[in-house]
Amino acid sequence: MSTLSHTMDAGAHDEHHHDTGKVTLFGFWLYLMTDCLLFASVFATYAVLYMNTAGGVSGHDIFELDYVAVETAALLLSSITYGFAMLAAHKKNVSGTLGWLVITFIFGAVFIGMEINEFHHLIAQGNGPDRSAFLSAFFALVGMHGLHVTAGLIWMAIMMLEVIKRGLGNRTLTRLGCLSMFWHFLDVIWICVFTVVYLMGVI
Amino acid sequence: MSDMANQAAHDDGHGSAKSYLIGFVLSIILTAIPFWAVMTHQLSKPATVVLVVVMAVVQIIVHLKYFLHLDFTPHGKENAIAFIFSAVIIGLVVGLSIWIIYSANALMMYM
Amino acid sequence: MSLLGKLSLDAVPYHEPIIMVTLAAIAVGGLALLAILTKYKAWGMLWNNWITSVDHKRLGIMYIVVAMIMLVRGFADAIMMRTQLALATNGATGYLPPEHYDQIFSAHGVIMIIFMAMPFMIGLMNIVVPLQIGARDVAFPFLNNLSFWLTASGAVLINISLGVGEFARTGWVAYPPLSELTYSPGVGVDYYIWALQISGLGTLLTGVNFLVTVFKMRAPGMKLMQIPVFTWACTWANILIVASFPILTATLGLLTLDRYLDFHFFTNEAGGNAMMYINLFWAWGHPEVYILVLPAFGIFSEIVATFSSKKLFGYTSMIMANGAISILGFIVWLHHFFTMGSGANVNAFFGVMTMIIAVPTGVKLFNWIFTMFRGKVRITVPMLWTLGAMTTFTIGGMTGVLLAVPGADFVLHNSLFLIAHFHNTIIGGAVFGYLAGFSYWFPKATGFKLNAKYGKAAFWCWQIGFYVAFMPLYVLGFLGMTRRLNHTDNPDWNIWLYIACVGAFIILLGIIFQFTQLYVSIRDRKQNLDTTGDPWGARTLEWSTASPPQFYNFAKTPEVHSIDAFMEAKENGTAYAKQAEYAPIHMPKNTSAGVLMGAALTVMGFALIWHIWWLAIVGFVGTIGIFIVRAYNTDVDYYVQPDEVKRIEEAHLKNVAEVAA
Repeated sequence: MSTLSHTMDAGAHDEHHHDTGKVTLFGFWLYLMTDCLLFASVFATYAVLYMNTAGGVSGHDIFELDYVAVETAALLLSSITYGFAMLAAHKKNVSGTLGWLVITFIFGAVFIGMEINEFHHLIAQGNGPDRSAFLSAFFALVGMHGLHVTAGLIWMAIMMLEVIKRGLGNRTLTRLGCLSMFWHFLDVIWICVFTVVYLMGVI
Repeated sequence: MSDMANQAAHDDGHGSAKSYLIGFVLSIILTAIPFWAVMTHQLSKPATVVLVVVMAVVQIIVHLKYFLHLDFTPHGKENAIAFIFSAVIIGLVVGLSIWIIYSANALMMYM
Repeated sequence: MSLLGKLSLDAVPYHEPIIMVTLAAIAVGGLALLAILTKYKAWGMLWNNWITSVDHKRLGIMYIVVAMIMLVRGFADAIMMRTQLALATNGATGYLPPEHYDQIFSAHGVIMIIFMAMPFMIGLMNIVVPLQIGARDVAFPFLNNLSFWLTASGAVLINISLGVGEFARTGWVAYPPLSELTYSPGVGVDYYIWALQISGLGTLLTGVNFLVTVFKMRAPGMKLMQIPVFTWACTWANILIVASFPILTATLGLLTLDRYLDFHFFTNEAGGNAMMYINLFWAWGHPEVYILVLPAFGIFSEIVATFSSKKLFGYTSMIMANGAISILGFIVWLHHFFTMGSGANVNAFFGVMTMIIAVPTGVKLFNWIFTMFRGKVRITVPMLWTLGAMTTFTIGGMTGVLLAVPGADFVLHNSLFLIAHFHNTIIGGAVFGYLAGFSYWFPKATGFKLNAKYGKAAFWCWQIGFYVAFMPLYVLGFLGMTRRLNHTDNPDWNIWLYIACVGAFIILLGIIFQFTQLYVSIRDRKQNLDTTGDPWGARTLEWSTASPPQFYNFAKTPEVHSIDAFMEAKENGTAYAKQAEYAPIHMPKNTSAGVLMGAALTVMGFALIWHIWWLAIVGFVGTIGIFIVRAYNTDVDYYVQPDEVKRIEEAHLKNVAEVAA
């Protein structure tokens, strides 16, 4: 039945190499699951605190849905353009990959710019996170998503340099694959944010 | 040998332009509907809430399928199981937390 | 705003003689260590073979060294508390003023859970898991090194708090509003936050790393239900780590925003809700105790099977029981705060769920008993720890079921009964388990056995000391004494406080024997060499390697077709088979990136604690920068040549043959 066969098995000893890419992608996916739980905890906190406005503004007073719709559009567009970057990368098309990455980066930067503007606007009106538990939870939740997107943008910039310098080898493809999961994952989180925070806040 | 294996690993997991476009169009529709419902007040409040939540859940599934390529093939099964497990834990942690705090609030006649 | 933030020379507690003497002792000890390292020119060896090592076996040993050091620190806290309480009766003040005493019990809890038990468990897991599944190393060896240094970074921060500033006075749970800036304006809570955040990140990465290792790197042929039971137990613990540690990260993050940026999550003012902190803390905290105890259950399972010379009874039910405990572990957390006031429905749900956990736990105990039944049981030191745990943990479990009754909990909440209960389960379950695993796998990790005489003495002191120290606390709980009291004034309590203090000293004797055992065993190592790699006649793959294992673990990845792969191989005569030829082995190179990132994060944590913002930025940017440099280093691996593999393997097989002949 069982053997601990120590005999040579030709060609099978490169086990360390041939699926490092797959192993890395699986590991990164598990990391994303932990990130999911991080967000879930803050969502739960938001759900518990969103009515605690301490006499200040509520979501109804401050959320502008048309503004949020544009932010959402920017992020959604960046998702598909990243998809096209991945398709180009798998075809080893360096200029195509770079082109789509630049477009993705611009959409992501637009999203972040709009979010910073929204935060700035709220704080200038005296509706900063120190005003009430509701605003604390709002800034923490939306800001945490924003920090993730910012990290994604920095990562994307580094990846663009890597693609320029080293082309599209397996290691670079694996990394682009990880960033792809990260980027699409942030889109999924944003669906939860605009539904739970913005839409439900205004209904 | 290692290059070929890597190539195979990538081929069955990254979709095509068509699948990305399908996902994108579905996402636009699934985003537009709830925004429209909330902004135009066409439906009653409870109906809007239900619609918004259902659209969000469907859109998350669309993203998982078309953008994150989650599936139950032998190759992608582990990712899918990890996601479902996380979703269960999230459901438990978020759901029970809300139950616990809202129950305490109710008993303390908080607010 | 000064360049050093809140930091000044006043931060050193000159007026506390106890702390100053401790610091002096640490300084003298540290200097002596540095002198010895320099004298024997050990710095290069330390750097090349240990600090920068990505070898899971060496990292495991380093984790256990950290755990041992922190055990001494945490136990020093414990014995100070017990002597204080034995002296401060009848209204006497004792020798520890309240503001110092409060830091001691907070530090004791944090250190024992986060910096003693966790590193000990993760250390054993590091040494054993890759070997048990026939892997060359973990999935991400560099990440493994980084995880260790993040844990070490947290441990360094908490130890710095001893001499620079203060530690939290909030208890190890740091509940707001007490832990908010208004009521804890000092740096104590900030030390707590950053020590836990940085080490928690390390733990999270370990969880991800080992899950990928177990799911992707198993030896060919090893099916899920053929994974050795300790590895399975660790896998459940890792699932709990990746599912629960993010909750802690989030919770501490929100508390940080409250303290640093004037947010209002848990404050009294502006609509904050402190109860949400308590809720989230235990949504992590309860799975955390199962993270500690499940691997211990795995250790007992391995030891009972080996020393009963029998297959483990109920392998499948054992794995299922672990799984059930893991899932249930996520729906019981409210039993830590039944008294918060969520009402009868909520309390009933969580009370019932808690009681249900006793069922899968009972399954495990019966499995161990049935494994021993009609087996040839050898009472070795690991087996003693196992038997001790089986009795002690059962008592702790039963008092736990008692506390799971919400009505009873309203009486016993935060009393010494609770303290007795959780020490009963954590010492009797987790710590006894780790010490069992320590003596069981010690020869595997080092190549020589531990001295059994001192091992037995240590066990009996721990076992007896435990009962003498903690049974009185159950009584005191019933007599109405609550936890975290600095001094008492109730003549009925005195005698029990004295007995508990005696118990603590008996445990101290156990710890002294433990270290004596280590010293004597290292001194006499030549007489106790394990040349075969299989000193106990054990069953699983880790014992098929040499002791200590070859750095590449397996010259040829084994093929596995059953649970006790090595036992079957020995029975079939296929173990120790000689090979004609060896293939080159692909190995990761050592790296200094992990230790440098750990150092940069320590600097960042320290700077954040003291509000030295420029230094915090330097630390953070440094961490990211080192990571990026590492990511673009292509010189990260090498091949071990067949000649070298052949030389090492044949030397080992010769040793085995000599012992057999």
